[in-house]
Amino acid sequence: MKDFVFVFRQAGSEQSNLSAEEIVTINKKWNDWIGGIAAQGKLKNYGAHLQPAGKVLKPGGIITDGPFVEIRERLGGFIVVTADTLDEATTLAHGCPALEADGSVEIRPIFA
Amino acid sequence: MEQDFLKHLFQQEFSKMVAVISNRFGLQHIELAEDIVSETFLLATETWQIKGVPANPNAWLYTVARQKTLAYFRRNKIFENKVIPEINANQELQDNPHELNFSQQNIKDSQLQMLFSICNPAIASEAQIGLALRILCGFGIDEIAEAFLSNKETINKRLFRAKEKLRTSQIQLTLPAENEIAERLDNVLHIIYLLFSEGYYSRTQNEILRKELCIEALRLGVMLTEYEKTNLPKTNALIALMCFHSSRFNARKSNEGELILYEDQDEYLWDTELIGKGIYFLDLSARGEELSTYHIQAKIAYHHSIKEDTAEKWEEILQLYNQLLIISYSPAVALNRTFALYKANGAAAALKEGKKLKLENNHFYFLLLGEIYKNIDKSKSKTYFEKSHALAKTPAERQVIQRKIDKLE
Repeated sequence: MKDFVFVFRQAGSEQSNLSAEEIVTINKKWNDWIGGIAAQGKLKNYGAHLQPAGKVLKPGGIITDGPFVEIRERLGGFIVVTADTLDEATTLAHGCPALEADGSVEIRPIFA
Repeated sequence: MEQDFLKHLFQQEFSKMVAVISNRFGLQHIELAEDIVSETFLLATETWQIKGVPANPNAWLYTVARQKTLAYFRRNKIFENKVIPEINANQELQDNPHELNFSQQNIKDSQLQMLFSICNPAIASEAQIGLALRILCGFGIDEIAEAFLSNKETINKRLFRAKEKLRTSQIQLTLPAENEIAERLDNVLHIIYLLFSEGYYSRTQNEILRKELCIEALRLGVMLTEYEKTNLPKTNALIALMCFHSSRFNARKSNEGELILYEDQDEYLWDTELIGKGIYFLDLSARGEELSTYHIQAKIAYHHSIKEDTAEKWEEILQLYNQLLIISYSPAVALNRTFALYKANGAAAALKEGKKLKLENNHFYFLLLGEIYKNIDKSKSKTYFEKSHALAKTPAERQVIQRKIDKLE
């Protein structure tokens, strides 16, 4: 068994534009999907779910509010899963709610 | 009747008296404490048979235990040579070294210290449960053997090794330091939960013994709420969980002793008083930031105490199982989560997820698949039920599965 990180990216839709009901629906999708991975005993670490805004530090001490709004695929968070192979890990990533929102899941092995 | 009264009294007093005597003379003398208490009970049985039970039997027992303890230590000179040097730091003991203090407060304190000393990770967890049953719950060796489906020799050996470990690891009869209590409490709660499960899911057919195990586990849990430092949200969550489960104790078995599945249970047999207590402790458990696995399990058990099937209920249960699995995986929780998924999101979603579980040698896995197929493909349902039947471990389980197969046709 090896560890893999799933990195979620999706276009930055403003959370504040969503209704309370929409947020509940989105959360349910994520919880059911991650719950499904956990039910197979393959969730290694719940990882982190990132807030949309923050700062970026660049060379020369330049601080910006981040390129978040410019990039189409904003980093949304990550989890760590276990699988035998990269292919198996990629199969686990199917059904990720980020895909429905036109986003992507990047699957990257962790150095052992 | 008289016999029952004595058995009950002795069982209750055993743990109190052993705790107090050990508290005074040290945990390394725990076997001696057990012997003194057993001798006291023997004398009580003989004396009371002739003279009748005294007005205050507890006080009678304490007085005799005091005399016996004193006589023993004098006779063996252990007291002067060994015990006094060990306890000479304690002023109160120096002033009054022979006196055992059987005040309510000291009994409670001693029992709590004993609980922490026995639930010590240095001892194997099966031995912790055995010791807890003997020392904290006052169970006889034959009862413990029956609960574990084992024999007296094995249990005696296990208890002996555990006490040996108490000695060699120099485990003291004290509460852990302030900054360690929270962590050590986790182990205590875990052992209480194992005790409870031993009773609730036990393989023994002795229903009275099983119920007593559950009651004792509940009692130990409630004992922890009487102290500020151990009365934490997770303690209350565990008690709530045990209350909700216990409420279904009488509904799980038919008069003929057959297992009755949740969906077929008569909810009028559920104990509403215990459900009420569960809700009370669940409410107390919510007063804090912490969300332990006991919290999640207690909330699930709460939802199951409402028989009515609604989409909202199953959605809540599904989300709780998701949370539980994210914290820690177990095959049983994965199966329960898939059943909740079936109830909340429908058969198609549950089958897609269920088949990924691949628990091919678990009969509950095939039972679950059979259940999900029940209303969409009877022949597949039957195939899975039959696989489950072939893998089932007890006659009671096979009986339940057979009934499901019969119902399909």
